[in-house]
Amino acid sequence: MNPRKKRRLAFAIALLLAGAGGAALTIYALSDNVLYFYSPSDVMAKHVGPGVSFRIGGLVADHSVKHGTGTAISFVVTDGKHEVPVRFDGVLPALFREGQGVVASGALNGNGVFDATQVLAKHDEKYMPPEVVDALKRSGRWQEGGAGT
Amino acid sequence: MTGEIGQLALTLALALSFVMAGAGLAGARENAVTARGVAGSAALGMLVFVLLAFAALTYAAITSDFSIVNIANNSSTLKPLIYKITGVWGNHEGSMLLWMLVLALYTAAIAVFQRGSGRLTSAALGVQGLLAIAFLLFILFTSNPFLRIDPPPFQGAGLNPLLQDPGLALHPPLLYVGYVGLSASFAYAAAALITREADAGWARAARPFMLFAWLSLTLGITLGSWWAYYELGWGGFWFWDPVENASLMPWLVATALLHSALATERTGAFRTWTLLLAIAAFSLSLIGTFLVRSGVLTSVHAFANDPERGMFILLMLVLAIGGALALFAWRAPSLEGGAAFEPVSRESALLVNNVLLTAAAATVFLGTLYPLVLDALTGTKISVGPPYFAATFAPIAVALLVALPFGPRLGWRRGDGVGAVKSLLPAFGIALFAVLLVLVFAARHVAAAVLAFGLAAWVIAASALDLARRVGPWRGDLWAAVARLRFVPASAFAVALAHAGLGVTLMGIAGTTLWRAETLSLLAPGESVQVGPYKLTFDGARRVTGPNYFATRADVTVGRGGASLAVMHPEHRMFPTEQQETFETSIRTTGFSDLYMALGDDRGGGRFILRAYYNPLAPFIWFGGGIMALGGLASLWGRIRARVPVPHGQAAAAE
Repeated sequence: MNPRKKRRLAFAIALLLAGAGGAALTIYALSDNVLYFYSPSDVMAKHVGPGVSFRIGGLVADHSVKHGTGTAISFVVTDGKHEVPVRFDGVLPALFREGQGVVASGALNGNGVFDATQVLAKHDEKYMPPEVVDALKRSGRWQEGGAGT
Repeated sequence: MTGEIGQLALTLALALSFVMAGAGLAGARENAVTARGVAGSAALGMLVFVLLAFAALTYAAITSDFSIVNIANNSSTLKPLIYKITGVWGNHEGSMLLWMLVLALYTAAIAVFQRGSGRLTSAALGVQGLLAIAFLLFILFTSNPFLRIDPPPFQGAGLNPLLQDPGLALHPPLLYVGYVGLSASFAYAAAALITREADAGWARAARPFMLFAWLSLTLGITLGSWWAYYELGWGGFWFWDPVENASLMPWLVATALLHSALATERTGAFRTWTLLLAIAAFSLSLIGTFLVRSGVLTSVHAFANDPERGMFILLMLVLAIGGALALFAWRAPSLEGGAAFEPVSRESALLVNNVLLTAAAATVFLGTLYPLVLDALTGTKISVGPPYFAATFAPIAVALLVALPFGPRLGWRRGDGVGAVKSLLPAFGIALFAVLLVLVFAARHVAAAVLAFGLAAWVIAASALDLARRVGPWRGDLWAAVARLRFVPASAFAVALAHAGLGVTLMGIAGTTLWRAETLSLLAPGESVQVGPYKLTFDGARRVTGPNYFATRADVTVGRGGASLAVMHPEHRMFPTEQQETFETSIRTTGFSDLYMALGDDRGGGRFILRAYYNPLAPFIWFGGGIMALGGLASLWGRIRARVPVPHGQAAAAE
């Protein structure tokens, strides 16, 4: 083999190895590290077990936000059909309020309460998280141009 | 009137972009000197009209002309002037116009700086013309910022308060200067394929644009991350959010491109690969812009909401990326192969750099697009979060950082591997010492963060040694050595700064992980809480009124070792027009650490929730970004200085 062919072969092998390694890592990581998004109806329908991490989204039910004695806060996420109680210890995003969309990540505890590790707000000019819009559409509570009812 | 002027200006710009595309491509033939002149003039004319359109929209925003839909939907008379101006690009239509303006600026820059330089530049202008046509059609037919409404509303809907912030006002323009700057290297790559002048010439002509795009992208990402840090109130700085990933992918590929183009320019290695990277870098910025701007990223369904816009975007992506790749597939086999090099050489190091950077970009690409594809195919909604990126991106980054210091120490074509290892021994010692220090002093031992700290020290030490080796401070007089820095070539500074900057950012990330302290507490007036070395005393909160918001402003006295240092004011703002609230975090920085506070809910009786972080080394994250950009600037400066005596298009070494 002349040096050029040798170099090309080395390049191709390097690229192939890197590609295969990357793909293996990626597939392994994807299978292990994705968070599913569920609406309260999904949570009921799929019987999500305690301790399984996922993201939940829907509207914060009216008059459901309750403060404990400490920094913890609890509220109820609803999609109009089903409700899931949520507990969170932390500073809520500025966009959080009753009747508005919310996305939280965490897991259910043994009592069917969702222990949120993070409550999210999207930082773009759209006010409603799109997954929430979709969840509301599926439960028939979405009105075009408004934030649900 | 303003709306009509803007509309007319855009239409004229479109006409000129057709002229530029036609004349530019025609000028790619031999001896078509007239066409080349026409293309250059059309580029300048297009800039004038796009500038006029942008000025018209800005004027409408400043004068609160609510008869224009875009202004009515995104502005209000109550907004401070500065945010009326920056609000121009705080929405889809306006940001597309800004994109177009930046494209026109780059095109004009190509026309001016490369005036009279032949077929290659002419073809590049032609390609820029094609891009301009696509964008102007997109703006005029699907995202027209000058549409009217009748009757005009009395008051506008206002701008999302999160965007009413100096950091975010600057962030999109910087990112766009980066994204669109990659169009110049894309255009030159396409031009090289069209004219079959795929030697070092195109890489040399495109390099200043690449550098400028890269340093803007670096600054834009740094600024965006800084904004997320102080505005969102979570104390984090990078969330692996799809919107952030959309800017990271082009940055990774552009970084690979900068390195590979260097080899192409110096020795003629990687010729076809560099062309492909130039195409990929701009393709990723196109994809990034559109994923973010069209709402595809946040929801596949937003795509369906405006099928016209979505289809147009898809068509444009297919034409631009597909066209360029088809051109590549057609012409690349007939190009002369790259120059040869030994397995241990600068080229090999750059090869490793390129393989790892593109692999890193690929993992980000997969993680960002996989949820979209899955949702489109099965309707299952998932999110790919930090754990995925920790498992895929991080190992690649580690390999890259380990290899990084070797590159600059190896010679072109044939390097001295043993010499490089020997010369890096002091840096290795420093890195080991840093790891030891961390193991002794860290607040907590996170293996990944300890490793990251060591790697950061390794990279910074190697960069510092590189500069030191050139001036030799150990040869006696230290001041003389500092004075000798003047004779160090700009390119050496560029390499040292860019690499050290990466190390500094990494050190910041590792430092915050290793030493962060945080507290979340419910405080009544007079109560205090300890975070890190600081004692925070809550003195109560009061109502204050801003130009377009009401705020609850807390007074928190910061003390350390009995002495009070400062009073900080984290805020909670309510914007009545937009019906939104924002956090206004309060950050006190020493340059080495941040004290960070966000005010939480009002729990009645004057009691508030206060979240505070002590973030050692956090400022380094953004300093590092700035240092990297300085490296880009140094390289650009070296180019400009070296360029003056060199006639345009000459193959003489530019360094």
